[in-house]
Amino acid sequence: MNGLLGVYLQQWKISLAETFQYRAAMAIWLIGHVLEPLLYLVVWSAVAGANGGRVGGMGRGDFAAYFIALLLVNHVTYTWIMWEMEHRIRHGALSFALLKPLHPVHADIAANLASKLITFPVILLAAGALALLFKPAFHPSSWSVLAFLPSLLLAFLLRFALEWVLALAAFWTTRIGAVNQAYFVTALFFSGQIAPLALLPSPMAFLSKILPFRWTAGFPVDLLLGRLDPHEALHGFLAQGAWILGILLVARVLWRAALRRYSAVGS
Amino acid sequence: MTAIRVRELRKQYRVSEREAGLWSSVKSLVRRKTRTVSAVDGISFDIAPGEIVGFLGPNGAGKTTTLKMLSGLLHPSSGEIEVLGQVPWKRHADFLGRMSLVMGQRNQLVWDIPAVETFELNRAIYRIPMAQYRETLDELVDLLDLKAVMGAPVRNLSLGERMKCELTAALLHRPKVVFLDEPTIGLDVTMQRRLRDFISQYRRVHGATVLLTSHYMADVEALCRRVIVIHRGRLLFDGDLGALVGRFAAHKLISIHLATPCAGLAQYGELVSDEEGHVTLRVPKAETPRVTARLLAELPITDLTVEDPPIDEVISRVFTEGAV
Repeated sequence: MNGLLGVYLQQWKISLAETFQYRAAMAIWLIGHVLEPLLYLVVWSAVAGANGGRVGGMGRGDFAAYFIALLLVNHVTYTWIMWEMEHRIRHGALSFALLKPLHPVHADIAANLASKLITFPVILLAAGALALLFKPAFHPSSWSVLAFLPSLLLAFLLRFALEWVLALAAFWTTRIGAVNQAYFVTALFFSGQIAPLALLPSPMAFLSKILPFRWTAGFPVDLLLGRLDPHEALHGFLAQGAWILGILLVARVLWRAALRRYSAVGS
Repeated sequence: MTAIRVRELRKQYRVSEREAGLWSSVKSLVRRKTRTVSAVDGISFDIAPGEIVGFLGPNGAGKTTTLKMLSGLLHPSSGEIEVLGQVPWKRHADFLGRMSLVMGQRNQLVWDIPAVETFELNRAIYRIPMAQYRETLDELVDLLDLKAVMGAPVRNLSLGERMKCELTAALLHRPKVVFLDEPTIGLDVTMQRRLRDFISQYRRVHGATVLLTSHYMADVEALCRRVIVIHRGRLLFDGDLGALVGRFAAHKLISIHLATPCAGLAQYGELVSDEEGHVTLRVPKAETPRVTARLLAELPITDLTVEDPPIDEVISRVFTEGAV
């Protein structure tokens, strides 16, 4: 099979084979992925308990539903490209990708999807177990569950594009750890991963609306849980679309600049 | 018609400079001192389609930097390059799809899985039609004797086997221009010869243009009639390998067989070896005819040959003395 689809299928096959090579690392990584939202869920349940059962209109069951949905959404949209790019550039591995008549982003997308194909069923099981333990209060409406799927796809594209563009910082500084750390802390807070965005104090809530992070996690979660009205949902889709478009435009310009800058460190 | 055309090519890097010690570390936080280094400093040459050229120079001469500019990985600071009629750094798919760069010390193969998976990936990326892929792969597997290693994870292969797989991955799309950077590094003599034969055959069959760097002069002698020598980023020599020796060798070696042992041979030249009547003398090039005549007249000689010194020696003289 020729064309881009052939590349994706073969890259997929390779990524699957590679993922199976590192089963132990994958298992540890999965445990971390489940533990993080579980921790926030326990903390917020305790806070709700101490406040007579509710915080900002959310009870224990609401928090359980929120963090279990977040576990799934966060897993689907997760990328590791910011670490990967640094490694590639520092070790000169990017050179081989640049010698080929195909943009390296395709391999990144295929590798991401391949890895998710293996890990998602495990995360789904973990979410099921958490649901049995914490008894989430799910009250979704049918339209919002339907709208959730495209919002999840857009959240993935947005987060992938955003983190891929930020990863390009590795072309200018070979030590990108500080950039990554700053990004992850900001994203953790403003995407709704530490607390539902509805609970943020108003200046923070305002920031969460103008930053892109909410649209990568908090928005699809709120849609799935039926916490948005159709007007808010539409606004969310438009915001996702606008951010993706804007980031793709920036990516085009930055990629060209990055290539000029590339001096093949250590290769 | 040229396959590769290079004019006044330059590449300068800015490197940061810092003295040792804590105070200079602190100072460098505020103001970083940089200095410009010229890795390639104004070189020009042309290579015709189908030609194979040895690209020589000591470590740090600018060979790899030049190859990276020719393959589009590095942007030149100034000058012009055209490879297959394209400007490499613009990285047009048409250009990238018709060339290959093989770096002996790097690998493109996916480490944990069999090499054949990387071959398949390259087939998809280069959009090689299935029939052509099969044909080329069979040919490469046959020439390089790869059948037994294709199914093993790359990390389990020996250095030689890995290099053969690297070459296969790099040549599946039948590139018209091939840049080989130290393709035989670290390999044993048999494997070096095997790869050399293979490169030569690939070029012959597919009419490819090859530019090769190697630290092993045997590679260059076996494959290249023409060599380009660079030193400190500048072009020292471009021409016939034989002419390089003629131009840079300051001495000749006179080898004689004597009917009876003789004393006082050092008066004719520097004694390189003297074993059971077989004597080798190193003589300044200009004096060779005179010394040869004297030897024939004064000694009981049964055989005499005049040779150029080994090419390794000539090249190392060029590099150490920067002689032009």
